[in-house]
Amino acid sequence: MLDVRGIKKVYEGKGRTVEAVRDLTFTVDQGELVCIVGPSGSGKTTLLKIMSGLLAPTAGEVLIGGKRVDGPPPGMAVVFQEYGRSLFPWMTVRQNVELPLKQKKLTAARRQELIEESLAAVGLAEAHSAYPWQLSGGMQQRVAIARAVAYEPQVLLMDEPFAAVDAQTRADLEDLIRDIWHRFQVTTLFVTHDIDEAVYLGQRVLILSSSPTVVREDLAVDLPDARDQLTTRSSPRFAELRAQVYAQIHRPKEPAAPEVPSGATR
Amino acid sequence: MTRSTSAVAPSSPSPAARGGAATSPSRQRRRRIPQSVLGLGGLIALVALVEVLPRIGVLPRRYFPPSSEIGSALVEQAGRAEFWQAVADTLQGWALGLAIAAVAGVVLGILIGSSRVTRELTASTIEFLRPIPSVALIPIAVLLFGSDIESKLLLVVYASFWQVLIQVLYGVQDIDPVAQDTTRVYGLGPWARIRYLTWPTALPYVMTGLRLAAAVALILAVTAELVIGNPGLGKLLATAQSSGAIASTYAIVVVTGILGVLVNVVFRWVERRALSWHPSQRGDIPV
Amino acid sequence: MTSVLRRIGFALGLPIVLLAAWWFASAGSTNFFFPPLSEILDSLVEEWFGPRLAADVLPSILRLAAGYAVAAVGSVALGVLIGTSRAVRGFLEPVLEFFRAIPPPVLVPIFMLVFGIGDGMKVIVIAFGCMWPILLNTVEGVRAVDSVLSDTARTYGITGSTRLRKLVLPSASPQIFAGLRQGLSVAIILMVISELFAASNGLGFAVVQAQRSFAIAETWAGMLMLGLLGVLLATLFRIVENRRLAWYHGLRRAQRSS
Repeated sequence: MLDVRGIKKVYEGKGRTVEAVRDLTFTVDQGELVCIVGPSGSGKTTLLKIMSGLLAPTAGEVLIGGKRVDGPPPGMAVVFQEYGRSLFPWMTVRQNVELPLKQKKLTAARRQELIEESLAAVGLAEAHSAYPWQLSGGMQQRVAIARAVAYEPQVLLMDEPFAAVDAQTRADLEDLIRDIWHRFQVTTLFVTHDIDEAVYLGQRVLILSSSPTVVREDLAVDLPDARDQLTTRSSPRFAELRAQVYAQIHRPKEPAAPEVPSGATR
Repeated sequence: MTRSTSAVAPSSPSPAARGGAATSPSRQRRRRIPQSVLGLGGLIALVALVEVLPRIGVLPRRYFPPSSEIGSALVEQAGRAEFWQAVADTLQGWALGLAIAAVAGVVLGILIGSSRVTRELTASTIEFLRPIPSVALIPIAVLLFGSDIESKLLLVVYASFWQVLIQVLYGVQDIDPVAQDTTRVYGLGPWARIRYLTWPTALPYVMTGLRLAAAVALILAVTAELVIGNPGLGKLLATAQSSGAIASTYAIVVVTGILGVLVNVVFRWVERRALSWHPSQRGDIPV
Repeated sequence: MTSVLRRIGFALGLPIVLLAAWWFASAGSTNFFFPPLSEILDSLVEEWFGPRLAADVLPSILRLAAGYAVAAVGSVALGVLIGTSRAVRGFLEPVLEFFRAIPPPVLVPIFMLVFGIGDGMKVIVIAFGCMWPILLNTVEGVRAVDSVLSDTARTYGITGSTRLRKLVLPSASPQIFAGLRQGLSVAIILMVISELFAASNGLGFAVVQAQRSFAIAETWAGMLMLGLLGVLLATLFRIVENRRLAWYHGLRRAQRSS
């Protein structure tokens, strides 16, 4: 479904050239839930922006369903970290969820169906006519998730969506994601800096290096499909996987590539 | 509300980071002309337009001289003592009125703002008096003071005072309650509290109020001169217009515009300096 | 119940005290410039709310409304166009700031030259004078759309006129309203000033006539009338703004308490 090939991103500043991402190559199959984890400065957000078509790579390409991504592709929904800034404050919860559906030119009846289903799925069935700023942070993020889900995307990207949320809410939201993924079978890519979260959520974990970023390892998470905050996280296998990811991330860096002087081509 | 930022947050190269139109990522590599060059280009284009349009007859030449004529009238004015006297007169009225308004605004603002009772008592009066257009005072100003400087000051002070007062009221209400408790714990008297707590908190707001007041004060000063006949640029303008010196009329208009821009630039700079240490918790009031 | 009474008490307390003080201080006044308040109020009610309402106040308000409406609609439309293009904005901003810095009343003599002294001139002067704060604030509001919101809209394929209607305009509306408020003040000033120079009717015209013929009580009453007009328009504006920007006020309240 999602095919990332040789993504490279180089930023050219005033006389300096920074190679943020060197080479990212991986695939995600239909219906998979893959987590991407890496240290700070590992270009996770850059990768996500490239995958969602908001940023152009210096080299490489991203294919969704076989079609090249050049600008935000239809059929992709993104949930950003800053929930407070991704919901339209002048619209109610319902209107926020409905807006992308109107773009898809669905009938009013179908839109109504999708809105009700997705808001119920995130546990906000009662919040239709509230404004985002009347809700707590966790609830706002749920609205953003509902909006993404109602859109019926082929691919769902999530960029550290729970980083700005308190720990208890984060646990609830993690379970919500698993729930929704089971229910709607959406291909999901979840970017996070939280190792525990990555292992808890994903079927696979892509471990990125720090910049210039490459994929260090593509780890299969063979935990049971039914996961639970309490039991799964205290299982020995969880601890092993977690340790493996941790070790990869904190592996001593390879000697850094020499800085490419600006103007030189590769 | 915390926000974690990853160190490689894509910044300037991404057109998506701008609030502008949706551009496709492949266009981001175009080199950008700096805004200052563009702005200069705009000004030059304006001057060129004003030069050309009257000459080719799009604008009536009789009432609309081309830039070159306006420019030479300006130069000619600048060579006259009475012009500079007028500028001095305008600035004198402006500065004096602004100073009076500032002092009154700050003092009253601190007095009213420091207690909830006084705030509530005066709220309706302020809301009623504030929107009264200062031009409404022109008749009484003329009756009482004729074209003495007091009539100009009446208008300037009245209009500018509200700008300062409102901002100071915002500022005094912005005092951090924790800091306030601290002063109480350490037994600071009211005078010390004003000096160490109220004034520093209110200072950025005072600066904003001064900036707004300065612009308004200039407008009212020139208006008073124009309408009442106080000495200054406004009066010079009225004289030029009524004696048919059209290019000079436009030249003086340009001078008032330049003066306005200067006042704005200077006060924005002062405001930014005063605000540089203030935490960005300050509520932004769209002005 | 007591809290409502308390609020009314606070709202009316000082004004009543001030009015009473004015009344009594001027009651037996023989000072030429400060007639008794009772006379002023008589004039206000009999003249200004009487025949002059239709003869002078109404034409003024109509001219004001026409000039302001033209400026508002035109400036917002123009501001959206300018604000969405970085190049156009950079090109025009200094020019616009210059025009905004010109004290609006100064335009009246110039416009009299070109457009004569009729109603048309006054409407044009009002429109030309008050458009700049509206225009510049619109440009600023349109420019400063939140980047995360903009990205969100892009990912969901919201572009073109939908983006304008659902994202850009609502996002810019607080700034646009700030500009509209400033524009209203300028419009009122120009309404009065334009009538001081060349007019045959109007509120400003009538007040100045009264002043020149030393009808003092009428002059004061006319000033009060102007003041009332200013307050009325400001209140109307605030009502409209509170409705359109209810979401914004709610948002700011929530942010400030967090």
